[in-house]
Amino acid sequence: MAVDRLLPTDEARDLLALTREIAAEQLAPRASADEAASAFPRDVFALLGGTGLLALPYAEEYGGGEQPYEVYLQVLEEIATAWMSVGVGVSVHSLACWALATYGTDEQQKRLLPDMLGGDQLGAYCLSEPAAGSDIAAMSTRARRDGDHFVLTGTKAWITHGGEADFYLVFARTSADRSRGVSAFHVPAGTSGLAFGAPENKMGLTASTTTQLVLDEAPVPASHLIGDEGAGMRIALAALDGGRLGISACAVGLAQAALDTAVAYATERKQFGRPIADFQGLQFLLADMSAAVESARATYLHAARLRDAGRPFSRQASISKLVTTDAAMRVTTDAVQVLGGYGYTRDFPAERYMREAKVTQIFEGTNQVQRLVIARHLLAEHAG
Amino acid sequence: MRIVVCVKLVPDATASRSFEPDHTVDRVSVDGLLSELDEYAVEEALRIRDAASEDGEVVAVTMGPQAAADAVRKSLQMGADSGVHVLDEAIAGSDAPATSLVLAATLRKLGADTGPVDLVVCGMASTDGTMGVVPAMLAERLGLPQLTYANQVTVDDSNGAYRVQVRRDSDLATETVEAAAPVVVSVTDQINEPRYPSFKGIMAAKKKPVQTWSLSDVGVDPAEVGLSAAWTAVVSAEARPPRSAGTVVTDEGDGGTRLAEYLVEKKFV
Repeated sequence: MAVDRLLPTDEARDLLALTREIAAEQLAPRASADEAASAFPRDVFALLGGTGLLALPYAEEYGGGEQPYEVYLQVLEEIATAWMSVGVGVSVHSLACWALATYGTDEQQKRLLPDMLGGDQLGAYCLSEPAAGSDIAAMSTRARRDGDHFVLTGTKAWITHGGEADFYLVFARTSADRSRGVSAFHVPAGTSGLAFGAPENKMGLTASTTTQLVLDEAPVPASHLIGDEGAGMRIALAALDGGRLGISACAVGLAQAALDTAVAYATERKQFGRPIADFQGLQFLLADMSAAVESARATYLHAARLRDAGRPFSRQASISKLVTTDAAMRVTTDAVQVLGGYGYTRDFPAERYMREAKVTQIFEGTNQVQRLVIARHLLAEHAG
Repeated sequence: MRIVVCVKLVPDATASRSFEPDHTVDRVSVDGLLSELDEYAVEEALRIRDAASEDGEVVAVTMGPQAAADAVRKSLQMGADSGVHVLDEAIAGSDAPATSLVLAATLRKLGADTGPVDLVVCGMASTDGTMGVVPAMLAERLGLPQLTYANQVTVDDSNGAYRVQVRRDSDLATETVEAAAPVVVSVTDQINEPRYPSFKGIMAAKKKPVQTWSLSDVGVDPAEVGLSAAWTAVVSAEARPPRSAGTVVTDEGDGGTRLAEYLVEKKFV
């Protein structure tokens, strides 16, 4: 069943219809096989790029679709329902474009954005390091000024699209100052001194490539510095607010897929002479799953609408990330339960959904970090 | 080259479908979409337009209730230039002869209003009725050559006039058929891979002109179309019974023989 959505415009309705068509025909049929084979679907991103789905939240003058987050995120949700790895990939690509689209100079935007948004290129976001995860200010990757270049050295970790991306948004230290010593750089693939670790052997999202990015004296033109020198931490944190909404939408899409799978199975599977969906014990499980999906969707859409209205949404973005990803974990776990022994096998997608849900509670800020952010905002707002 | 592509909105085959009390298909309460077989026709029309040496135009034409305009809109999103929707309550329940009558009248008006049409492209059949006869009927009514079931279409415009050649593959032979434009062509699902609209295409489609015409606009007498004028009548219809369990052959060394016997018994071999 297609999700019933309130959309603001006719073009948004057509856009969602197009997304569902592509998801049903090109994504869903091959998701399980490509996940099992850990095959990165670069061609799928080319298709999405060609149709304009990789540039939806950005300005038309640079090749974007100029869609509000409310619409972009629902497109993302539909993609994630069909194939979570691709949904996460689209979200990461959007995040990688955001810094330049928001803090880049006019000249940088004219020079770089059309290619980044044109659909042929894929981006990656490089913030974490092996020893700097939640504590991002502990990052040690350095950017040393050398004439009209910065020279970057260090190791970034957990890079989605590592080795596959065409450009990397890299955060590196330009001074020792913990929070004001970090700067953001646009680093094209093919820059000398760039190398990638072996792909991580992950629990889920196996079709999405995750590697380390090793920078060894990599020269980056000073014209690729995004925002002011030292503004990197502020850019990274602001980017994450939007990124958290992207992950929220993916988590809801994943939960929706698990719910759809569970409902379909429960109406087909017969025990004691009746479909198991006839039993109230199972109905209550399905009802709780449905309530979790709907309320999670409402939570991210509220944060998105705040963002679209230009209002502060950082607390709501963290609430959204916390609520939607916990819901995804619960709903996907329950979907395995509904499918019983079959749910525990890799012949059905439920166990994959459950493995994929786990990481949503971890990346883009763990859900413990989200609680920190929420509490900080709550108490600051109270203090006025 | 001026190309008309005939398109139809059909009920989504993946959703549940039902009939009205008069045994016509319920087209109102179900989601509709551009007939998949018409997508190949739109794609081929766009490719022919874009491959031509001179500027061309693709006009998407449909007939049917209000929602049928969605078939035109999807065609415009894919890249067609303009659209015509023949909307008239009297059309409801039209059979293939009536459909071809309305389409032929629409094409004549289009030719009279805005200049001659060089090529009419249709899908090989609709995915709901699956009659597959409208392209031939349309050609007959317009007095044009018909090049049907094309797996390939080639347009030669080297001598100042268009010559259209199609390849038709059958089980036994491959035929090459050609005629001087204007012609009616129907294309199969082997001819190309239809494109998805892009988001830019969706935005652009909003600005493209779509004309809505009534039967009187195209000069068709309402008494000649619709359910009451249909040459056949559906007397009754019922849902197909659920499938019964198949025959299980347990292999005890003679599985192959028993399988072959089953196939012979059912006249499959």
